[in-house]
Amino acid sequence: MALLRRDLARLLLGGRGGGALLPVLFFLSVSMLYPFAVGPDAPLLAKTGGGVIWVAALLAAILPLDRLVEPDIEQGLFDQWPLRGISEELVIAVRVLAHWLSFGPPLMLAALPAAALLGLDGHSLRIVEIGLLAGTPGLAALGVTVAALTSGLRGGAALSGLLVIPMAIPVLIFGAGSLGTGGESGLALTAAASLVLIAIAPFAGGAAVRASRG
Amino acid sequence: MQGAVVSATDLACRRGDRLLFAGLSLALGKGEAMQIAGHNGIGKSSLLRILAGLAPAFEGTIAVDGAVGLLDERPALDPALPLGRALAFWQRLDGAGGEDHLRRLGLTTLLDVPVRYLSTGQKKRAAFARLLGQGAKVWLLDEPLNGLDGHAVELAEAITAEHCASGGVAVIASHQPFRLPGLRTLHVSEFAA
Repeated sequence: MALLRRDLARLLLGGRGGGALLPVLFFLSVSMLYPFAVGPDAPLLAKTGGGVIWVAALLAAILPLDRLVEPDIEQGLFDQWPLRGISEELVIAVRVLAHWLSFGPPLMLAALPAAALLGLDGHSLRIVEIGLLAGTPGLAALGVTVAALTSGLRGGAALSGLLVIPMAIPVLIFGAGSLGTGGESGLALTAAASLVLIAIAPFAGGAAVRASRG
Repeated sequence: MQGAVVSATDLACRRGDRLLFAGLSLALGKGEAMQIAGHNGIGKSSLLRILAGLAPAFEGTIAVDGAVGLLDERPALDPALPLGRALAFWQRLDGAGGEDHLRRLGLTTLLDVPVRYLSTGQKKRAAFARLLGQGAKVWLLDEPLNGLDGHAVELAEAITAEHCASGGVAVIASHQPFRLPGLRTLHVSEFAA
């Protein structure tokens, strides 16, 4: 489908924003710096490392927010799609998928070296990977929704970062929590929070785009 | 009106808490064209966006029969992409080839140039290529001559004339004269509130 191809080309390979590379590099540098900051205490690193990976993943997902929706509204593409019978909801849904593909799988790959840097054992790594698989689609949906809501506002990029963080907390709590006590039930709740966000995103995002037309 | 492709009845448009115009009606049949005239800020663009279904009318109803193509000040082409690939995206959506349009609009030599390096007039010509490729029956043109040189103005007028000759409808919002056979003019100021 032409829409997905265009979105992927824009988000994955990226243009000026650096595409998918920037979030991954950011993610890796956080997990590289963290051991330097807390010192060479292996048990402490292993205990907190999973949480650090989650926080880094969340922040990495926020990086491309300002170019998710705004440029297309500015250039008038969001006016041309409905004239061709392509609803805003469909465009937003496709964009969520493209946004996730551009940072979810790369972050899951980057979590492997990050886990090594933080000294996570095999069991924790597996839970982190499954948790990221369950949680990152929700983060993608949330990111696109917020990007649509804040498009056209002055300082929209900074505002969208502030808006995403509180709304991402459920995913973060259950995802990171599954490392400690929760285990499987934590992963299930991560997936549930993720699904709610994905279900809301097309409608909230589509309505936001229409409202921004004024 | 019977057989009208585009019709509007008793339209009113509000921006913020200001009423721009009210009681505006128009009807265009097959092959007809209409120029929407009036000074800046009187609501020409708002009227086109209402006709396109992109903005709600404050009052009144519109009926449009057929696909709508919109050309405004934004070309809707990816600024970072070369022109050829930016247009190819719309060609894939619209399912039409556009080689002839490109040659006619003098764009063939610009296909490798990123859209953001194009001049205003070149972007406008590219937007015409996108519009032609869409093959829509109803054209809504918002200041279509802005930024075009004398030669390109004639070309834009000729393209619009052909569109109407083949049964299409054109609504042109412009404060510049637009030379088109059988062009009617609607002065928005007559309906200003």
